Amino acid sequence: MAYLPPWVSACCIALLGWQALRCWRGDIVSGRLLRLLVLLLAAAIAGGIRLQFGYFLGKDPGIALLAALLCLKLLEGSSSRDLRAAMLLALFLQLSLFFNDQTLPVAALALGGALCTLATLVALEDPAARPLSALRSSGLLMLQALPFLVVLFMLFPRLPGPLWGLPANAQSGVTGLSDFMAPGSISQLIESDEIALRAEFAGELPPPSQRYWRGPVLSEFDGRVWSVRETLASRSPPYAVRGSRYDYVSTVEPHNQRLLLALDFPGTTAQSGISHASDLRLLADRPVTRRTRMVLSAYPETPVGLNDPAFELANARQLPPQSSPRTRALMAQLSANAGDAQTIVDRALLFLRDQNLTYTLSPPLLGDEPVDEFLFDTGLGFCEHFSSAFAVMMRAAGIPARVVTGYQGGTINRFDGTMVIRQSDAHAWVEVWIEDRGWLRVDPTALAAPDRIERGLSNALPDSDTRPFMMRSGVVAQVMRDMRDRWEALANAWDINVIGFNQQRQRDLLSHLGLDGAELRTLLLTLVGTISLLLAALLAWALHRRPQGDALDRMWHRFCKRMARHGLARLPSEGPIDYAERIARESPPNAARVRAIARSYARLRYGAAAADTPARTRELAHRIREFSPQ
Amino acid sequence: MNLVERLEAIPDRAAAWLGRRGPTKLPMQLTQGRIYILPSGAGMAFGMALIVLLIGAINYGLSLGYGLVFLLVGAALSATVQSFRNLLGLNITRLRIDPVFAGEPATLQILLENPTSLRRPALRLRCGTAESLATLEAVSSADIDIPLPTTQRGWMPVPAIRIGTRWPLGLVRAWSLLRPDLNCLVYPAPEAGAPPLPQGNSRETAGRLTRFSGDDDFAGLRPHRLTDSPRHVAWKAAASGGPLLTKEFAAQQGTSLLLDWHSLHGLGDDARAARLTAWVLAAEGLGMRYALRTPEGLLDAASGPQHLRTCLARLALARSRHA
Repeated sequence: MAYLPPWVSACCIALLGWQALRCWRGDIVSGRLLRLLVLLLAAAIAGGIRLQFGYFLGKDPGIALLAALLCLKLLEGSSSRDLRAAMLLALFLQLSLFFNDQTLPVAALALGGALCTLATLVALEDPAARPLSALRSSGLLMLQALPFLVVLFMLFPRLPGPLWGLPANAQSGVTGLSDFMAPGSISQLIESDEIALRAEFAGELPPPSQRYWRGPVLSEFDGRVWSVRETLASRSPPYAVRGSRYDYVSTVEPHNQRLLLALDFPGTTAQSGISHASDLRLLADRPVTRRTRMVLSAYPETPVGLNDPAFELANARQLPPQSSPRTRALMAQLSANAGDAQTIVDRALLFLRDQNLTYTLSPPLLGDEPVDEFLFDTGLGFCEHFSSAFAVMMRAAGIPARVVTGYQGGTINRFDGTMVIRQSDAHAWVEVWIEDRGWLRVDPTALAAPDRIERGLSNALPDSDTRPFMMRSGVVAQVMRDMRDRWEALANAWDINVIGFNQQRQRDLLSHLGLDGAELRTLLLTLVGTISLLLAALLAWALHRRPQGDALDRMWHRFCKRMARHGLARLPSEGPIDYAERIARESPPNAARVRAIARSYARLRYGAAAADTPARTRELAHRIREFSPQ
Repeated sequence: MNLVERLEAIPDRAAAWLGRRGPTKLPMQLTQGRIYILPSGAGMAFGMALIVLLIGAINYGLSLGYGLVFLLVGAALSATVQSFRNLLGLNITRLRIDPVFAGEPATLQILLENPTSLRRPALRLRCGTAESLATLEAVSSADIDIPLPTTQRGWMPVPAIRIGTRWPLGLVRAWSLLRPDLNCLVYPAPEAGAPPLPQGNSRETAGRLTRFSGDDDFAGLRPHRLTDSPRHVAWKAAASGGPLLTKEFAAQQGTSLLLDWHSLHGLGDDARAARLTAWVLAAEGLGMRYALRTPEGLLDAASGPQHLRTCLARLALARSRHA
């Protein structure tokens, strides 16, 4: 429902309500008038959907139409055939839910839905059954279906990629960072607790001061808004890696951009379909429309941008004319008789520190000269204010500078050890270019709020600021955080092992089992073999007959069988006493024991129950066990 | 004939081809070899839907889509086996069909026995075009009635009986065929508005239709004949050690009718049978003694339900001998 246009949801609820009312009244015969009404409603809803989406043949309008049709079908149909058709529609609707959401709760919901569908089919076939017994029958079916589900899921040949071109709207994902930055654009992200990416480090974790996950690099500035500049990309990194190395597996949530949000600075990787942009971002060849896992490495101490072309650097010095006059004046003052760029950077940082700027989630709105107003008037800002101001200061002093957005930090999930980077870790920092040293990261936010870098956003905010719920202190928030971490560890395992199960992982699994997973024939043979085994087991279950009668009958039966082997089978017409007498006549040595057994059985079977019945039963069992005909 | 019916005819034809199509001996137990399974129409639609779902899952890379499809495939396979299990081990112990008049439905009675501890829901018993639903509880048996339409007098062979089920999901049907070696005797439908009973052709010359309510007028005793109604046996005489005698009453004595096939000139066989049936029923209703002559021979005058049944059976099968 949440993924449908609101008015379609409302229509569906209204229709289902109407149907429920009709069922409750026991008036479910559909007349001609109703059919006509349903037809008109269907046409109206189809028209509405066309108007809403502007097109008809696509995923989203299709799903909306499907939902409406299902509700109408339930209203219109009353025969079992109609209901079966409705069940098939329901299955399609269930699949369409997975377009938007494949998380654990949705899987549980789908399981429940499938159970209800099966129960409906059972009830259609056996109208005499009570709802509970129909549910039980379908539960048994589901239980027997589970092994098939597991085997088929693992062994059914997975095909890479779509069978045909997907319509443009096929995928939708959460967009995190955008291609531009205006004051306030990052603080919006901070409110979101959603995960942007996860990283599983193979060895050592990088220190908090090195946890910069690179997003869009903004080098165009119009006085207020920073935006990206087109860059070139190549297969190998535009730098020579140096320093310590960190290996990790990154899982990026879909965001519909090519950005891979790598830890600065990515080394050469064996992964295919990845390129390095000249502004040091790591890019995928196609937009990330589904959860993507990659094996990556990072060398945070690598010097970068040593050989950047002059025009790039000239661009990184551009400021719109006449903008930020007070900052320009300040920088003219600061750069006076400074020997080199590094001195200017240090002086600028010193100035920022002395300015007593405050780091806050709710900065005041700024006017036409946001940088000047922030630096000299309000002094209250978030990371985008700090980075924007610092980059402008550098440019005013003629030093190439740019703003880099991305994520900074990340928390370790205690339950599965992965580092989780959320939208709330979004950050902006600055890079300045200095001769012979290349691009250097400067994080001006650290001056006002050093804890932001070392200990995360929550610790950096002044106490008066209202934090998003999950960042608050206190027992409840701590418990909630714990539960969230546990849940996310589970969801991550689910995402990796179930949702992310693809051709590659299928091959890995098979080679783990010692089979050649790459060969289709092996795969199919394994699949067919396993399914046959499962079917055989199911058939054995069907053919298995539970022994009839109670324990007493079975004992007596055993005794009769034993005598039959001895050549004295009981005739169908013979009762226990007659049988015993015949045996006594034909085989005198057994007479006494057989008579005792037969009398005991007859008394237990046909006599009234007495206090000593269980004891006698045990005694009879013992006698029959000990008995062997002579 | 739609696709499903065509498919269902296959095992039957195979059995015919293998020469295994003789009548079934009763009691019959439904064993593995006797149960056939094929998808039903709904099952085929379900299969198609699963294929489309699977293509969707592959195309959009929906892992849970694969999961859903595979779960449903598993459920369908399990349902197939459960359908089979729902029939397995049932016993058909007895079949019975009583004679009826043409046009009335004949009731085929099937004694179905479930010796196992499983409940057997939604059994469909089908014979010709008629179908009945039944559910057998664990360790129980039930007489299941199937009404068979009748049209023509004579022997009507009972068509093959199909014991089937589509339980649990209705996606597959499992069934077993029973070829009963059984015929239903269909009496002729009595002619509506038949002329009154003939009077002039009484066989016995002394025959006079005096009174019908003459049961009271005791006329004497005669030696007992097997076809005599037990109501008319002189029990007092028998109890006192005498021979078994039948009391004769005045009304009966002279009213022994002869109903003759050959007297109905200008009528077809079926019309004659219909009229004679109406007369036989009327005579029996009046408590008269009547004799019946058909091309097969003469039935002596008598009355009572046994005589009525004999006459009706004669009439069901009577044919004129054309030279």
